[in-house]
Amino acid sequence: MCLAVPGKIVSIDRSNPDSPMASVQFGATTRDISIQWLADVKVGEYILAHVGTALSKVDEEDALFTLNALREMGEIE
Amino acid sequence: MNAKSTYHLSCPIPKTEYEHILMAHGGGGKLTRQLIEKMFYSGLGNPILEKGHDGAFLPSIKGEIAFTTDSFVVDPVFFPGGDIGDLAVNGTVNDLLCCGAEPLYISLAFILEEGLLMENLWKIVCSIKKAADAAGVKIVTGDTKVVERGKGDGIYINTTGIGRILPEQNISPENSCEGDVVIINGHIGNHGIAIMSARKGLKLNTHVKSDTQSLSGMMMDLFNKVPGIHVLRDPTRGGLASSLNEIAQSSKSGITLYESSLPINEGVRGACEIMGFDPLYIANEGKMVVILPQESAQKALAIMRSHKEGTESRIIGKVTSSHPGILQMETTIGTHRIVDMISGEQLPRIC
Amino acid sequence: MKHIDEYRDRELVEKLARKIGKEVTRNWNIMEVCGGQTHAIMKYNLLQLLPPEISLIHGPGCPVCVTPIEMIDHAIALARLDRVILTSFGDMLRVPGSISDLLTEKARGGDIRMVYSPLDAVELAASNSEYEVIFFAVGFETTAPAVALAIQQAKKRNLNNFSVLVSHVLVPPAIEALLSSADHRIDAFLAAGHVCAIMGTHEYLPIAEKHRLPIVITGFEPVDILMGIFHAIEMLEQGRFGIKNSYSRIVKPEGNQKAQDLLKEVFVEEEREWRGIGPIPLSGYILSDGYSNFDAVKRYKLKKGIAADYGSCMAGLVLTGRKRPSECINFGTTCIPERPMGAPMVSSEGACAAYYKYHRSSANLQ
Repeated sequence: MCLAVPGKIVSIDRSNPDSPMASVQFGATTRDISIQWLADVKVGEYILAHVGTALSKVDEEDALFTLNALREMGEIE
Repeated sequence: MNAKSTYHLSCPIPKTEYEHILMAHGGGGKLTRQLIEKMFYSGLGNPILEKGHDGAFLPSIKGEIAFTTDSFVVDPVFFPGGDIGDLAVNGTVNDLLCCGAEPLYISLAFILEEGLLMENLWKIVCSIKKAADAAGVKIVTGDTKVVERGKGDGIYINTTGIGRILPEQNISPENSCEGDVVIINGHIGNHGIAIMSARKGLKLNTHVKSDTQSLSGMMMDLFNKVPGIHVLRDPTRGGLASSLNEIAQSSKSGITLYESSLPINEGVRGACEIMGFDPLYIANEGKMVVILPQESAQKALAIMRSHKEGTESRIIGKVTSSHPGILQMETTIGTHRIVDMISGEQLPRIC
Repeated sequence: MKHIDEYRDRELVEKLARKIGKEVTRNWNIMEVCGGQTHAIMKYNLLQLLPPEISLIHGPGCPVCVTPIEMIDHAIALARLDRVILTSFGDMLRVPGSISDLLTEKARGGDIRMVYSPLDAVELAASNSEYEVIFFAVGFETTAPAVALAIQQAKKRNLNNFSVLVSHVLVPPAIEALLSSADHRIDAFLAAGHVCAIMGTHEYLPIAEKHRLPIVITGFEPVDILMGIFHAIEMLEQGRFGIKNSYSRIVKPEGNQKAQDLLKEVFVEEEREWRGIGPIPLSGYILSDGYSNFDAVKRYKLKKGIAADYGSCMAGLVLTGRKRPSECINFGTTCIPERPMGAPMVSSEGACAAYYKYHRSSANLQ
């Protein structure tokens, strides 16, 4: 339903208060993405981008926790 | 501005009285003559071209001849990694190489749009010259027409190419058979993504450059040292998936691609993820798919890797009898799926 | 690419597949609502990894597929007007209406431009003041906020030459409609993670409780999808129902509050026709009174039309999970991606197109 891609914030431009934008890196390609709804994002953080807007932050701690849990998950129960 | 000044050092523009192409440059009169002499002869000159006949007189060629034609329309005309000039030469040369031929001669027919900057035409002529020299081919005949402003994208180029088929090779898409391996000489998708990012619409910022290059050096070396190549194909429009589908269909054999072996650079990957494109369908302009028996694979790889066009060469698949006519992919997670011909062009997806 | 590659890991995928195999004891039908998930399932052929007891049913979550023919006909009518630039997402341009599609209209001379973002359409309006720029807005709750933002920006910038043909649809009413039909065979849902990134999870709890089934909020990569299936199977086997968030690195229970506020400001819900399914109450958005100036339907006085898909098309049965694409008599014969007869064949996320592209003769591939 909705193609949304995680990307890393490389710079933030809040010069227009009505339209805060971030340059977001996907692989080695960047694009400007609106961060209208994510007031507190910082450079270096990952956001999920969809049609030019950042939908949410990627929760790094949660991601790590889930992956570790999956990796350590026992197979015999 | 920088590009312009370095350009002038290596390739000074001949003095013409006009800054732009006028309708009269295609009219067949004095201005046409001037354009041919000052631009094309001085940029591309060789004794065959400069004879100025209605056609080129070529010395006799021993054996079978490969003959190809192609048209080049690209927007923008100048793009990261090249321009329509080297694209036209490299594309024609690589088509001849796919036939197992040594590229020899090229014709160029220009369709110029009224108002094209003379300086831009000269840049294109210079990159044609550079590409032709690199590939070891001569531009032997040509034509120029001018269309009214608004009726062309600055410049279109149509080419033909002539090459000498090497008798020791017998290359045809029908030849692929079980046990063959599929090799490619480097990263896929670069040309298509470079062009898309150079256009204004998608606002992608990437360092991806077109891979436009002649594969003459690498392929001639391969032809000389590795007999028994079965299939060659340059995966241009429609990308790798379309080329391999065509080969699978015409040889009635199956091809399996290994997704984890596909060379895709991070710029292309990122652009494809955002837009929802599949890099398998994105155009290349300096790639060659080489299909040959397993036992020749290591030798072929070593030769290809010794050339700058092929440092990233690797095996990306195999030919099998198990699913005739079908291209399948072994995915990164170990499952198998069909890779179909593309229907229509790839459009950015929202979903 | 970080946060993508980890979830395409072969070892984790195989481990999850084995876990699913061990957990399952009987037949279950799980519907992935979202076309993006259908696409990923086909692209990675996850079906190959699942035990035969599990059937995945492909839901109606392909926004371009369910966009009503009437709206496409509206877009075509607008594109035929003088001094109009019609913009939309790339995959919308191919979808046929009753008489034509937007790519054909472009070939006929319409000024139709594909944009990546609705915000780009606003920029286009700003730099082409002598033209009317219309954005044809499709998509679910994930996409609607970006469109709302575009409209809000156009209003702030007094761009009177910008308007929107709104055809947004909403997921929960569609799920409710699917479950309300007596003959549905859905045991659990994988809910669309990216919709929930905006809307949160609360809308799904009442549905799960009312119909006593698991709804698992699921991501889009192979590991995510298998994790969603695993959690669904776990709940089904234990006889549990309710919601489970399997995509917690992206989805928070409250969702994106600011985007939700913007949706409430710019849009109101109303009944909407879903192509292949029919009208569903309160399942679409129209512009609220404060923004109705930007409504292309009003600005151009578009008349309500009627249009239907081809008679023998089983789109409705496919979109509601009653038939598999390959069970339709037209599939792969008279109906192919180049000449689609119905909604699910038109976009690569549509179940029929995804089947056709990746899975057509999977028997050969085993």
